[in-house]
Amino acid sequence: MHSIPGRRLIMGLFLIFLLLPIYWLVNMSFKTNSEIVSTMTLWPHTPTLQHYKRIFTDESWYSGYINSLEYVVLNTIISISVALPAAYAFSRYRFLGDKHLFFWLLSNRMAPAAVYALPFFNLYSAIGLFDTPWAVALAHCIFNVPLAVWILEGFVSGVPREIDETAFLDGYSFPRFFIKILVPLIASGIGVAAFFCFMFSWVELLLARTLTSVSAKPIAAIMTRTVSASGMDWGLLAAAGVLTIIPGALVIWFVRNYIASGFALGRV
Amino acid sequence: MDKTVNQKAWFLVLPVFLVVAFSAVLPLMTVVNYSMQDTFGNNQFFWNGVGWFKELLDPSTDLGGRFLASLGRNLFFSMVILAIEVPLGIVVALSMPREGWTVAACLVILALPLLIPWNVVGTIWQIFGRPDIGLLGYVLNAAGIDYNYVSNDIDAWVTVIVMDVWHWTSLVALLCYAGLKSIPEAYYQAAQIDGASRWAVFKAIQLPKMNRVLLIAVLLRFMDSFMIYTEPFVVTGGGPGNSTTFVSIELVKIALGQFDLGKAAALSLVYNLIILIVCWIFYTVMTNAGAERKPQEGAV
Repeated sequence: MHSIPGRRLIMGLFLIFLLLPIYWLVNMSFKTNSEIVSTMTLWPHTPTLQHYKRIFTDESWYSGYINSLEYVVLNTIISISVALPAAYAFSRYRFLGDKHLFFWLLSNRMAPAAVYALPFFNLYSAIGLFDTPWAVALAHCIFNVPLAVWILEGFVSGVPREIDETAFLDGYSFPRFFIKILVPLIASGIGVAAFFCFMFSWVELLLARTLTSVSAKPIAAIMTRTVSASGMDWGLLAAAGVLTIIPGALVIWFVRNYIASGFALGRV
Repeated sequence: MDKTVNQKAWFLVLPVFLVVAFSAVLPLMTVVNYSMQDTFGNNQFFWNGVGWFKELLDPSTDLGGRFLASLGRNLFFSMVILAIEVPLGIVVALSMPREGWTVAACLVILALPLLIPWNVVGTIWQIFGRPDIGLLGYVLNAAGIDYNYVSNDIDAWVTVIVMDVWHWTSLVALLCYAGLKSIPEAYYQAAQIDGASRWAVFKAIQLPKMNRVLLIAVLLRFMDSFMIYTEPFVVTGGGPGNSTTFVSIELVKIALGQFDLGKAAALSLVYNLIILIVCWIFYTVMTNAGAERKPQEGAV
């Protein structure tokens, strides 16, 4: 690939721009509150782990991480498993209303969460799922399922049709073909779609906060509440923030080789 | 490739249809119901017909004024965001290293802001920009620039825009990078033999190849900036005054803050309609762009 002059400088500056605010958060999470408020220091002069210790020992804090991960994983599983057959259908067949259905799905990916916050609250309260991970996992399906269908459709279309035909000639039934042949072939696509579902469910807060009150509260919501109640505990806020970045960073590390094609949603 | 007509394919699509209909159509029905009524608490509802919609589109009323003002701010915000992030994303994608471990390192760092929960993004910039404890605010003020995003409208806007650039430019860059990677080396060799300039290579080879991914990038960026809520809410709370109150923030204020269900529902429907129209335009453009290309170039 041919690049532009001065690319190292541009890339370097941009990466610094990305990392500086994150560094500042990490930096603050290791400082004592008195150091944060009283002086401006570029690195912690009296490094402390007190904020992290508090989060890992106080159940009201660490349960938030478990709650968040719970609904994110649930949502990813639901989204991928319903999206896979649909992606195959959209990629291979023409059927009544297919284009309209695809557009309708896409438009739901774009629907503002703010519109749905209140009706979701009513709906999930009515069916008794309020304040459970299921409520948030199902609610996040509204934008993750369309996205998963969209990504997977691109990847399925990359698999030549001849493979399906050969498999059916060899006497594979549809479910068996699906699991034994198609899924392994688009494994990287499934990984990419799962990554995106994980990502968008993990970063969303408005719906997650509206649909939970006590027992399923996500960490991001606990952060906002606890901190404002106890005055501004900047160090604790920073430490909690750093801990929310870690799962994302881990996931990126695992899919780093697929990021590029994944971000093109399988359709470069 | 021509697809075969097969109505049984509906069975494959049915699970998706049910899941999304459950979370999209049912709630939307509630919204439509509310939008025609007024409430005075105690679950007492009164028929109001299209009253809220009339008010919403009339700038002289309180509701209409607030809606149209926030809509204007939001459109302006989206335009600024696109004008900065798309060119910057292309430049960053072109600046990616060619090979070696630095590629993976750059990709991971680029993707990092995308995986930070949105309110933590807000928190990061809230802290970073504060004049007393934040590096950015401190440095700017030390340099003699009076910067305070809490009290100054322009500073608040600059903070929100820089934050969004920080948060989402990577998405554009990664999409463009994916487009660039799909260009065969032979194209460049041909250009070299023809003695094409750097600019000519960009215009004739790289930009057309990025067309499709750029369209996706613009669509995603426009939509997400048009419904932005969490990040500016955490940083500025919509203030100072109402200067950074975008449509979603206004909507949540009315719905969950004042519990004015009728007004909020009417606003929701109009908001959704705008998004639907824009989405449809993009979708049409995208399908047409796809039809001109050689079919089935999906990447695995």
